[in-house]
Amino acid sequence: MARKPVPGTQAGLVVGELDEYGRAVDDSTRAQSTLAPGPVRDLPKRPFNARRWFMATGWRHIVGVVMIAFSLFPIVFVVSSSLNPNGTLTGSNALFSKIGLDSYVRILTDPKVPFATWLGNTLMIAGITALLTVFLGAMAAYSFSRMRFTGRRVGLIGIVVVQMFPQLLAVVAIFLLMSAIGDLFPAIGLNTHIGLIMVYLGGALGVNTYLMYGFFNTIPVSIDEAAKLDGAGHARIFFTIVLRLVAPILAVVALLSFIASVNEFVVASVLLIDTEKQTLAVGLTKLVSNPRYADWSAFSAGAVIAALPVVALFLFLQKYIVGGLTAGAVK
Amino acid sequence: MSTTTEPARAGDPTAGGAGDTPPTRRQRQAAGIADAASGGIKVLLVKLLGLGIVDALAVFGIIILVGAGQWLVAAIVAAVAILVNWIYFSRRRLPAKYLTPGVIFLVVFQVFVLVYTGYIAFTNYGTGHNGSKEQAVSSLMASSLERVEDSPTYPVTVVDRGGELGLLVTDPEGDALVGTAEQPLEPVDAEFDGSKAVAADGWSTLSFADVLARTDEITELAVPYSDDPNDGAVRTPDGSSAYLYVSTLEYDEAAGTMTDLDTGTVYSDIGTGAFTSDDGEELLPGWQIVIGFDNFVRAVTDERLAGPLVYVTLWTFAFALISVASTFFLGLFLAIVFNDMRMRGRKFYRVLIILPYAIPSFLSALVWAGMMNESFGFINQVLFGGASIPWLTDPWLAKVSVLIVNLWLGFPYMFLVCMGALQSIPEELQEAATVDGARPWAVFRLIKLPLLLVSVAPLLIASFAFNFNNFNVIYMLTDGGPRDSNAPIPVGFTDILISMVYKVAFTGQTRDYGLASAYSILIFVIVAVISIIAFRRTKSLEELN
Repeated sequence: MARKPVPGTQAGLVVGELDEYGRAVDDSTRAQSTLAPGPVRDLPKRPFNARRWFMATGWRHIVGVVMIAFSLFPIVFVVSSSLNPNGTLTGSNALFSKIGLDSYVRILTDPKVPFATWLGNTLMIAGITALLTVFLGAMAAYSFSRMRFTGRRVGLIGIVVVQMFPQLLAVVAIFLLMSAIGDLFPAIGLNTHIGLIMVYLGGALGVNTYLMYGFFNTIPVSIDEAAKLDGAGHARIFFTIVLRLVAPILAVVALLSFIASVNEFVVASVLLIDTEKQTLAVGLTKLVSNPRYADWSAFSAGAVIAALPVVALFLFLQKYIVGGLTAGAVK
Repeated sequence: MSTTTEPARAGDPTAGGAGDTPPTRRQRQAAGIADAASGGIKVLLVKLLGLGIVDALAVFGIIILVGAGQWLVAAIVAAVAILVNWIYFSRRRLPAKYLTPGVIFLVVFQVFVLVYTGYIAFTNYGTGHNGSKEQAVSSLMASSLERVEDSPTYPVTVVDRGGELGLLVTDPEGDALVGTAEQPLEPVDAEFDGSKAVAADGWSTLSFADVLARTDEITELAVPYSDDPNDGAVRTPDGSSAYLYVSTLEYDEAAGTMTDLDTGTVYSDIGTGAFTSDDGEELLPGWQIVIGFDNFVRAVTDERLAGPLVYVTLWTFAFALISVASTFFLGLFLAIVFNDMRMRGRKFYRVLIILPYAIPSFLSALVWAGMMNESFGFINQVLFGGASIPWLTDPWLAKVSVLIVNLWLGFPYMFLVCMGALQSIPEELQEAATVDGARPWAVFRLIKLPLLLVSVAPLLIASFAFNFNNFNVIYMLTDGGPRDSNAPIPVGFTDILISMVYKVAFTGQTRDYGLASAYSILIFVIVAVISIIAFRRTKSLEELN
């Protein structure tokens, strides 16, 4: 679902709610230790009453357990079948019946399935796209947030409107444009990673600037002004001061852009023709849709390997964002 | 919740930026001096280097474009390059310095391609209509070549120039001619071995081993005899002797007709982008022409196309609406459940429950597709004890499956969103209502839900727009299937509009870029209407400043 940061507000919420998340943890600890007002204070004094406990929080645990089962069972299934040494789809149904790393070896070494190449392509394309997206978006957001110029409002409205029309709507035109470019400049046209990254960068401003713009506005201008008084120019203020203060939003945008590129199938499948050039989304989808490919375990191993970096980034950046860098910048 | 990105904050005086009055001349001078003083030599070098690279690339591009005769594109590249230099060497144009790089990409790969899609929707671009009329003529002639009986044998040498193969031909008069697939035979100064030309200036002669290695390429090579395609072409089956081949088609440029010499059928250009005989038979490949609204008319009036278009559009709306509603309500429910301070282990539950959100959705959809497999999948084999429920192959059940999987993919996001929104509602409101005697349900329905909806509504609209074009879950899970066998295009019962566009344009035997673009335009219009309504209602654009 709403995984791609559609309009700015949406991913902005990720920041917001992660902040809330951090604060929520504080609240709960506070509630237990210092505040403990009203009904909460009474709780430990009474003898344990199962019915009461169930009415208050017990049923919540039941909901939690059910939801965890719903959330995790596909994940458990794929991990289990990836550990199955030589499993077809049927063979993977008995969860954790056999344990072995053979499937991982197979997916990484199968000469017909260049999985490692796909993984490398994906990490490279998504990584470069994320970095450049952050850079382009941050520059645009800085100018919208800190400068007043003709066409500024039109520009802001423009990026909000443009983000309603995702690039995949124009996939036919993108394909024809890139093949025309490829006829004259083979290095950046069809079937090249640079071409694909360029296409992805076309969405950089549309999707992320508005989100960053909102965050930039929360950084007090007095910081810029202080730096200006100290003799810093606009570039110095931007690169050495503002960018550091907005690091949390940069991390969020980088993460969202990275995930979006890893997930992107339509444009990548159209532009990348050679098997060795494809990304994981394209390669793995074509692999499983081939009815003759029966090595479900190897695919599962590939899926686990492919998901790991993204999940790791997600969990890692989640903490990083909660940390919050702006606190204490102006004292 | 996300007060950080509230557009209203933009108008906040503390965020008011460089002030609303334009700076005076002295202020600008001062700013310029400060900039220059702060920059230093390193910054200047980086800037010069960057601009140097950009300029070098631009010059290189312009040379190639001019060489290919693309004058308009070359002029645009030159203009952009000059503009970029002007912006970055100017002391002013500060906002432009920060906006230009992103805007260039935005204009080319987002705005231009959308406009270009609009153009393609009005053409017959697709399989059989890929190029210009000249290309169609030469390709038709080349594909119908037949060897001329009793034609002379030309001694030939295979030559190469920059990877492009050519034939060095000695004609019966003893003159040497050279040509390639693109370029007709023309006289050349050559070295002779006996009566056979074996090497020519500017060309390298292929050794016997090279000829063997490139046999396939060489036997495919047809070098036009002259500028007139009717004169035929020279081909060599063995790399040492060549024969004259002429096409069984004859092209009459003045009349614009193709005549099949074997049957005598005349195919004429009747404005449909292909040579067509009187009884309606088309010679393909044809060429690309503008056909006006034909694609749109065809999409809604051709019965076999209109049916799929209607049910695909309805399903797209249903899919997006139900997805948003189901994920939102499940997310909200969970947020309420876990938003209780007394509950232990909330953090533990939360991390595990949002895991689906962290996994790339294409992988999740592929795994679900495996689990929902009718004969071997985990759900049928284990959860339903060996039943064979057609999760992905029954038209209606496949829709349900898509919705279930999309619920799994989407509810963690809504859970996080609702959690944040709930926690941002002040506790005092609940306390005041409780003191006034409101029951928990009333507190939720009359106080919390309206407040929550205010902050979440824009996200629900965004989520709708996202799901409207949620290609991955459809394509990876069911591939749009089960396939509708009545439709002439590869469309299925779970296809949404965007996956139909993809399939019409890029899968199946024939690629119909024109029709696919027409469908894209339709999506564009629907999304535009929805956005206009949404922006009107939420007034979010008015708040921008």
